[in-house]
Amino acid sequence: MKERIPTAASEAQLEQLRKEAELNGRVDRPGIRPSGSPFPQATAENGYYGLPLLKPPVWTWEVPLYFFVGGAGGAAAVIGFTARIAGASPKLVRDARWVAAAAANLSTPLLIADLGRPKRFLNMLRIFKPQSPMSVGAWIVAAFGGASTATLIAPPVLADITAAGSAALGLGMATYTGVLIGATAIPVWSRHAHLLPAHFGASALASAASTLELMGNDQRALNRLAMGAAAFETYMGFNIERHREDLASEPLRHGHSGRLIRIGGTLSGPLPLALRLIGGRSKRVRRVAAFASLAGSLITRFAWVAAGKASAKDPRVPLSLRGDGSRSGEPVRQREEKSDPARQQ
Amino acid sequence: MAITGFLTDSTLCIGCKACEVACKEWNEVPSDGFVFTALSYDNTAALGHSTWRHVKFVEREPHAGHGGNSPSHVTWEFSSDVCKHCENAGCLEACPTGSIVRTEFGGVYVQPDVCNGCGYCVVTCPFGVVDRRPDDGRAFKCTFCYDRQKFGEQPACAKACPTSSILFGDLEQLQQLADQRIAKLHGEGMTDAKLYDARDTSVGGTHAMFVIRGDERAYNLPPNPEVPTVHLRKAWTSAAVAAGVIALTTLAAFAMERRS
Repeated sequence: MKERIPTAASEAQLEQLRKEAELNGRVDRPGIRPSGSPFPQATAENGYYGLPLLKPPVWTWEVPLYFFVGGAGGAAAVIGFTARIAGASPKLVRDARWVAAAAANLSTPLLIADLGRPKRFLNMLRIFKPQSPMSVGAWIVAAFGGASTATLIAPPVLADITAAGSAALGLGMATYTGVLIGATAIPVWSRHAHLLPAHFGASALASAASTLELMGNDQRALNRLAMGAAAFETYMGFNIERHREDLASEPLRHGHSGRLIRIGGTLSGPLPLALRLIGGRSKRVRRVAAFASLAGSLITRFAWVAAGKASAKDPRVPLSLRGDGSRSGEPVRQREEKSDPARQQ
Repeated sequence: MAITGFLTDSTLCIGCKACEVACKEWNEVPSDGFVFTALSYDNTAALGHSTWRHVKFVEREPHAGHGGNSPSHVTWEFSSDVCKHCENAGCLEACPTGSIVRTEFGGVYVQPDVCNGCGYCVVTCPFGVVDRRPDDGRAFKCTFCYDRQKFGEQPACAKACPTSSILFGDLEQLQQLADQRIAKLHGEGMTDAKLYDARDTSVGGTHAMFVIRGDERAYNLPPNPEVPTVHLRKAWTSAAVAAGVIALTTLAAFAMERRS
């Protein structure tokens, strides 16, 4: 605290305050406004004092990491099986099967770790519920884990059969996570429910092809696959940037999640696409592109979960949902970001 | 057993929060700490894992007349919020363990001995009701006092309500009563009174209905809540198309490899 010297002006100010208090029973000065005021009102535009209407996802880092690992493993199983029937090099087939099994066996502990009651993970397999993407996913993960592990340890003839199953389930692994978050009440996710499975699928394919490249496989097929996936990811990035007026998509362009989406999008879309198109003949350039795709794919999954958390905090979208599925356009004053932490329940 | 419901009437609520206390006491819901929100007299803020009844304090511009307020003071509406117990419940559809079930009374109930805390119900509730309790790991929300209903008792909140703002009973009877109540309020000049039960949405109606005044959005009640299963078709279609394209592209890429 700074030491001050009383002056005529400061004392007159205090006298003035006392007179005002005596006269009115209160003093109308900015000093009486509590910090953070004026507070948002409960109105049709603000909702209930601008408080969140939805609950944010409780998922921590394990879930987006699983989206990445599980997707890459699933796509690797597809590549491994296709390479096998196309008669590609045995090393590629072996590597792809190894990636699939490793990813599957990493996915399960990640998913269990994120449960509130990890010991009860087997409850996921109590029932099968087609209308719950989480239930369908749990069965896909369990079956994929079995099939991909069996492919690695079974005798060759049997391994080819389990590899086929593993590839079919791998297609599910690569895409179902998009359904999982798309079919929710979180506006930014459900708004992209028709794109997320394809987005995650392309991301998974790119990371599987990139991983196999980095393991020393130099098939042009891998380069082509990575290029195709990067092309789709570039389209996805443009698609996100294009819908500027859409309130539900705001977390994809603003704040922490917006930054992550852009970094992840650049790393998995235009950057590897350009690298592979221009310098695709150089092994080193392809390696750089592979690293970019992997990092981009990983960041993209974290970005989408972060966007979901930001989206749940914004009551404007659920409040503006109209019966015909369209939204009332007018953006409403948003609750201030840096409000009292005590109020953010 | 009859299908039961709640009718919560904000025009009768006096904001005493007896329902919040009764709910906490009967269900032994843990404390959620003391937080000063500075939002009217509401320091609970929202429903959650440790708040299954929540009285909203909707402050309005000074408005003489209803409620006996002077023209120089804000007007209040109080509304005791609760899990809506949807006809098409997003949480119930999404629960992968079968922990969330519909009871014989029509309520949506989380079985605490089955829930493994996957958190999927949290993001599939269009009303932001169910939440995972961090220190426990499982998801919690209003049980509709299933335990009490089994003994023919009404839920704790309804029993503790001193003004009959929270009515509990047969769902169909309550729906008729709600219509009568709205007509009566309109007749008395409260022309902005209306019933919120999300009947015309994909949620298909709620077992907890609310008589409110003015715009439902001021109560953080979504005008058109969507049960997330409406997004399943387009999401799985996208997944199927993507899976097909991935399979064919991979096949084509290796076929080209073989030829070259």
